[in-house]
Amino acid sequence: MPALPPSVPLSWYLTLSLILFVLGIAGFLFRRNIITVFMSIELMLNAVNLSFITFSYKLKQVDGHIFAFFVMVVAAAEAAVGLAIILTVFKNRQTLEIDELSSLKN
Amino acid sequence: MIFAAIAVVCGINLVLQSHPISSALSLVGVMGALAALYLLLGGEFIAAAQLVVYAGAIMVLFVFVIMLLNAGTEHKGRRTWATYAGVPLLLLFLGLIAIGIAHHLPASENVMFGQFTKGSPLEFGRALFTIYLLPFEVTSVLILIAILGAVVLAKKEID
Repeated sequence: MPALPPSVPLSWYLTLSLILFVLGIAGFLFRRNIITVFMSIELMLNAVNLSFITFSYKLKQVDGHIFAFFVMVVAAAEAAVGLAIILTVFKNRQTLEIDELSSLKN
Repeated sequence: MIFAAIAVVCGINLVLQSHPISSALSLVGVMGALAALYLLLGGEFIAAAQLVVYAGAIMVLFVFVIMLLNAGTEHKGRRTWATYAGVPLLLLFLGLIAIGIAHHLPASENVMFGQFTKGSPLEFGRALFTIYLLPFEVTSVLILIAILGAVVLAKKEID
């Protein structure tokens, strides 16, 4: 096993953010369980947070951290409301498959 | 770099697992690894907040809902030829993009731990309560609306 470098370039953090965001998009598009789709959205928000923190490091300013903090707050609010919506949907439809929730189509 | 590998593996696991509980645990792994990366980038407060708010509160909410709804394994969809042809093509496409980016991106400096020290709670709070005071207050209104919305949605009985 080759020795790991002691420090990594800054662009690797952005690459990791990109990879996580793409994974989030893939989960959002391909999964059918509505809860998993919701978790993919959280993954995308996390990826954006990582790029905020990385640029904050690069620019030597704390503003990126503040923005990441606000993203966290909005994600918390969104999770609460979204899970309440999921609960209501499940109560009415008895399903979590998004393919069966197509009443808006007709 | 170790934490990045953990994050990527857990992220892939999140998308591939068929059971929601497995996905949720993978997401906790991603968030823990990201918290460590925030710490390496000098964001002490945001790393702690990531652990407490995301890996703690939000994921507990998710797991609670999964348990409550008794969500099972999702049904496998039909696999057409597009599934089998699409994966190699997608990998090829992403590889080409990665090569292009790697060639055109300028070299960036290495990240050294401890070089950026403004992420401490002191600096963070000073910026939050002076420059960003108005967004902070607006956020409280947002959370109030979210609480009301969640309560109304959870109580309402739709016929």
